[in-house]
Amino acid sequence: MLFGFPLLSLVIWLPILAGVGVLATGGDRNAQTARWIALAGAVAGFLVAIPLYTRFDPLTNAMQFVEYSPWIEHFNIHYHLGIDGIAMPLILLNCFTTPLVVIAGWQVISKRVSQYMGAFLIMSGIVNGVFSSLDAILFYIFWEASLIPMFLIVGVWGGPNRVYAAIKFFLYTLLGSLLMLVAFIYLYQVSGGSFSILDYHRLPLPLAPQILIFIAFLLAFAVKVPMWPVHTWLPDAHVEAPTGGSVVLAAILLKLGGYGFLRFSLPIVPDASHYLSDIMIALSLVAVVYIGFIALVQADMKKLIAYSSVSHMGFVTLGFFLFNAYGVEGAMVQMISHGFISGAMFLCVGVMYDRLHSRQIADYGGVANKMPVFAAFFMLFAMANSGLPGTSGFVGEFIVIMAAIKVNFWYGFFAGITLITGAAYTLWMYKRVVFGAVAHPSVEEMNDINGREILVLAILALAVLWMGLYPLPLMEVMHTTVDDLLAHVARSKL
Amino acid sequence: MNFLQPDFAPAYPEIFLLLMVCVVLLADLAWGEEKPHLAYLLSQFALLGCVLITFATSAPGVVYTFSGMFVDDALADILKMMVYVTVSVVLVYSRTYISTRGMLNGEFFSLALFATLGMMVMISASHFLTLYLGLELLSLSLYAMVALRRDSVGATEAAIKFFVLGALASGFLLYGMSMIYGATGSLNIARVTEVIQTGAMSHTVLVVGVVFIVAGISFKLSAAPFHMWAPDVYEGASTAVVLFIGSAPKLAAFGFIMRLLAEGLGSMVADWQGMLIILAVMSMLIGNIAAIAQTNIKRMLAYSTISHMGFVLLGVLSGDGNGYSSSMFYVVVYVLMTLGTFGMIMLLSRAGFEADKLEDFKGLNRRNPWYAFIMLLLMFSMAGIPPTVGIYAKLSVLQAVLNAGYIWLAVVAVLLSLIGVFYYLRIVKLMYFDEPETDALILPQGDVKLLLSANGLAVLAFGFFPQALMAWCAYAIRHSSI
Repeated sequence: MLFGFPLLSLVIWLPILAGVGVLATGGDRNAQTARWIALAGAVAGFLVAIPLYTRFDPLTNAMQFVEYSPWIEHFNIHYHLGIDGIAMPLILLNCFTTPLVVIAGWQVISKRVSQYMGAFLIMSGIVNGVFSSLDAILFYIFWEASLIPMFLIVGVWGGPNRVYAAIKFFLYTLLGSLLMLVAFIYLYQVSGGSFSILDYHRLPLPLAPQILIFIAFLLAFAVKVPMWPVHTWLPDAHVEAPTGGSVVLAAILLKLGGYGFLRFSLPIVPDASHYLSDIMIALSLVAVVYIGFIALVQADMKKLIAYSSVSHMGFVTLGFFLFNAYGVEGAMVQMISHGFISGAMFLCVGVMYDRLHSRQIADYGGVANKMPVFAAFFMLFAMANSGLPGTSGFVGEFIVIMAAIKVNFWYGFFAGITLITGAAYTLWMYKRVVFGAVAHPSVEEMNDINGREILVLAILALAVLWMGLYPLPLMEVMHTTVDDLLAHVARSKL
Repeated sequence: MNFLQPDFAPAYPEIFLLLMVCVVLLADLAWGEEKPHLAYLLSQFALLGCVLITFATSAPGVVYTFSGMFVDDALADILKMMVYVTVSVVLVYSRTYISTRGMLNGEFFSLALFATLGMMVMISASHFLTLYLGLELLSLSLYAMVALRRDSVGATEAAIKFFVLGALASGFLLYGMSMIYGATGSLNIARVTEVIQTGAMSHTVLVVGVVFIVAGISFKLSAAPFHMWAPDVYEGASTAVVLFIGSAPKLAAFGFIMRLLAEGLGSMVADWQGMLIILAVMSMLIGNIAAIAQTNIKRMLAYSTISHMGFVLLGVLSGDGNGYSSSMFYVVVYVLMTLGTFGMIMLLSRAGFEADKLEDFKGLNRRNPWYAFIMLLLMFSMAGIPPTVGIYAKLSVLQAVLNAGYIWLAVVAVLLSLIGVFYYLRIVKLMYFDEPETDALILPQGDVKLLLSANGLAVLAFGFFPQALMAWCAYAIRHSSI
């Protein structure tokens, strides 16, 4: 901690306050002011998060940048923040994505601009809060609060079926989290009145309650990830959400689920995690393989990418429940990389949607003739999505498959199928949309991307390539934490 | 026989309020025509006076007076303070509404103050007769308030339903009390507790008494299956009266439960716990499911109230101080949210137009983003979504339930509250996702504007800092006669 400066609080509250500031600009008469305040707030949010990386000590397994003060003494709830090598990269990913989303919505969003921008900034701060809370109730507050901005983003700025999608998204995710709350209260009783997550890590528990707690956590996190078969809210939400909403949903909100497994399920109920790991691996493989095939037949580009997200997130849960260092680290890399790639893919679809107002693959064809620069970027991200070596998509999948083969050849075999299906659905879509002759007269009128769009896509392209070629800086910071986590999970709590 | 003059000091607030009600009535009779706002101002003054007197006469410890029929303790003081504030806010919100409907006269205010007096007596009662006296004073005033709009068929129907069912409930209560009197030989709550602890009475008679008392309480709380009156009364009565019925009396009813169940029959917790479980689960089930089908927002809120009362009972049934204080916290939070919600309905109503359909909230974000935001906070708080205070109300009750060892009950409660989230979300959906059907301006009075904003923001502020309110409730229970 820098001179006792509450850096994490700043990372959480600066975007939220900036968001309130944006809301205060009022109606659409001040839209331009709202945009600039939002951009300033988002960039400032990223800048203040950078010291989290530069001042991070990768050699300790203790929580860093800790802040601790009493909050609700009646229930022994504390304002307890701190991050380790798992949370830190996710916070950076979140802070990195927010400015891109703001820029991406710069011209596209023309009604109720201040509310749109404000919602994204507030959500960014809330998500940072989720990743840095070390008190179960504080975590829960941030976790649930993140639903409200997303609900409004989908519902207000979404497509024709947005009301259905928004309510489904909200109720689905709430169902899981409410049982998590009951699990927290149960742990509070068992631990003799503590809501500290770190206390829960040390708390001995018999197997039967462990399994019940595991199921409660599983419902919360599996819906968020989302794992098969509770993934059905995701395609609906993605299809209806505005581009920025899809980007944040895929790049950030899905990671909350993955993070939850590492922070709660594995360390708090390790024995139940081992006991049920076969089921978890099976569910993950179903997501990887089956959802991959589902993605193949989609006619709607956003739906295709949504299913591809489910399939890629299957790797994350697969990696976690292999219980070896490669598996967990590979899964973490996969989460960050998926944040970049899926965000970029949704932005690419958004770029085309803004011009043609259609997401149907059949309405396109020959886009490369009219938008060559865009086609080049889209190509890179499509390749990354199918896991081409040299892009970030390869690193995570490769490490997880390796880890899976170490445990059981067939796990690795089934996970490896994604290399075929992933390439098939992504590149086939790319071929139908971008290549060939100009199929429709409306495509003829499409203009290539402007400077603003190039900026956003170029930043993401750099991130994808950098992580693909040199992932060491990322793996380095999480190494100690992951080793420590696995050592902890290997010890029985019975 | 010696006549001992009782100590009047603990009852000064009640005495003052009684005098003020008479003043309001007479002043309105004399000058009501020329100065229509006189009764309103005098009523606010009376409530302010009560706040000051209660504050001045509050003493640490438990003080009995009137031969042990009346008690003044921390629970009484804190609940009464909350009742004054609530009634005062109700009057502020209602003023414009009732004046455009020709109800701005002494009757409304004197009935409201009589009801307040009834609540105060209920809260401070330590004798079955005092309890009953306070309850009847409250109930009769409420029946009359519902019937105030005498040219409206709906209101008259609601008043009759309310009166008949309320009288039945009072009958239940009296019968239950007579059973307990028969078993223990006393009507004094402290004495009843003592006798029950010695065990020198017929347990069967006592349990029959408890059944009737619990049924009577459920009527007054509008807990299922004794909830039938609530939706009709909420729909039929004028919004100002519904706001009154839905807010402060719940605080008094909580005090009533504390005195009667927690204190008087506290050692019979094993007998009434099972009944409360059934009532709570039924209330949450019926309330939440029936609310989904409503198109009238007042009816919807009636069902929502029923489900909230289920949660209140959950806190009570754990049968210890922790559970009681969580229940009290829930009631206080509920009252805060109800005030804001009905305040919003009255804000949207105009002369000759009742904003009591769900559709009337359509596109509120377009018409006025600030009030849409306030309503959003209130709805998310009702649904128990952070960062509003609603989540802590649910958290503390669930914690009490788990503490009492009912894990399944906690799981049932959260699953049923998930159903509830749907209809609160629907209001948010109407306000934010739909286009407005009218562009009528929303022009509240200055005081309403300020208070309603503060009301909504309080839901958020207590969401960030609930500690003080929780500690207050815990203090009230700890330093009471229970």
